[in-house]
Amino acid sequence: MKVAATLNVNRTAYRVELDPHASLLDAVRNNVGLTGSKEGCDDSECGACMMLLDGKPVNACSYLALQAEGREVTTVEGLADGDELAPLQAAFLEQGGVQCGFCTPGMLISATALLREDPNPSDEDVRTALSGNLCRCTGYDAIVRSVRSVAEAGTAV
Amino acid sequence: MTRSFTSATTLEDALAALGSGARPVAGGTDLVVGARQGKAPLPDVIVAIDRVESLTGIVEIDGGLRLGPLVTHEEIVANEVIRGRYAALADASAIVGSHATRAHGTIGGNVMNASPAMDTGGPLLCFGATANLRSNGGGRAVPLAELWTGPGTTVADTRELLVGLDLPAPGPTTGSAYVRLEYRRQMEIAVVGATAVVSLDAGSVTDARVAITALAPTIRRVFEAEAALTGTDGGGEAIAAAARAAAAASSPITDVRGSAEYRSAMAEVIARRAIVAALARARGQLVLIPASTTTYGATGGSNT
Repeated sequence: MKVAATLNVNRTAYRVELDPHASLLDAVRNNVGLTGSKEGCDDSECGACMMLLDGKPVNACSYLALQAEGREVTTVEGLADGDELAPLQAAFLEQGGVQCGFCTPGMLISATALLREDPNPSDEDVRTALSGNLCRCTGYDAIVRSVRSVAEAGTAV
Repeated sequence: MTRSFTSATTLEDALAALGSGARPVAGGTDLVVGARQGKAPLPDVIVAIDRVESLTGIVEIDGGLRLGPLVTHEEIVANEVIRGRYAALADASAIVGSHATRAHGTIGGNVMNASPAMDTGGPLLCFGATANLRSNGGGRAVPLAELWTGPGTTVADTRELLVGLDLPAPGPTTGSAYVRLEYRRQMEIAVVGATAVVSLDAGSVTDARVAITALAPTIRRVFEAEAALTGTDGGGEAIAAAARAAAAASSPITDVRGSAEYRSAMAEVIARRAIVAALARARGQLVLIPASTTTYGATGGSNT
């Protein structure tokens, strides 16, 4: 039986009908219609589905959508300010942090959570923080460079 | 059965739901992941307990600590009392999953999931933690040594909920550490893990606790390893004997993360690292949290 719920995603309230077992990723992609977050492994290994839940990173594939009611969900679509890319998004483009792009939404969310907590991380800190996000193109160096460039510029994310 | 989901805001509501057959979910980092991996399907009737205020928080009681089951790994790592007096627990929570797991995964879920590879189990066991279980019918306190009965199983009835973990005050001049063998920095599960908690008096070991992780059907203490340390000066020979005893007590399985032979061989190494780190902390030397990273010589550890 489906349950009626309201999900707040990127500061917008969506009325949805959800299976009690639906994951937050499933609900955001298929009920809300925001497909930026990706389904990679579907069991919390790869981080492609990562979103922010009340500002904290969550593997949305492994979080029940109904538990997110009343909380604020941020997906990669919510990072930009209208047509203005977020600093991390711009840096990923400038520094070559995007290859096939599949891991990018999760990487951006993970990096956003990191920089909000620690605005000036070392290379090692960035690598550790992003090691829950897999890039099958193995473009890690450019990803780390992208995150570090935002930190070095001192731009708020 | 029809699937249903409720979200409890009081302990009474949560216990009532469990009494009528619901299964609890907090952070979902074990329950939902386990279902995705085909370990066990998601329960039909789910009660979310993550909004029950009385199950949150870290409180100091008589020099010891009471941890609410909803305390996240992130909260544990950030807690100064735990980083100081219960460092092994901070070592463990600091390396559970990824920052996403640590933000939502709870200590209660970790304990009741009863994985023999859970990181926080060894530290909690060595610190002498007690699990407070509650149901509609009443409550009981179960020492962790008696809680786990095998991989994924506990003595808790399905109507019982973990409502708190009590950690007694550690003795003076106590140092502790948890170290695991891992292949990946994050989203990793211990291949082999070891915990050591040692107390010193005038340079000699007055009390020692050693536990092994992912080396037996449940996380367990190794009394032979503890005896090898107690009464000694905590020197190289005693450490080596204790590490050998920890390895000798292991009965590992072969799985995708490692063969039984490999785990047995590594048990001694990892136990030694945990004991060395615990002794160093007891002597007032700085071993960064997480000790696991520090003992590999990497630069990822941070005490800030």
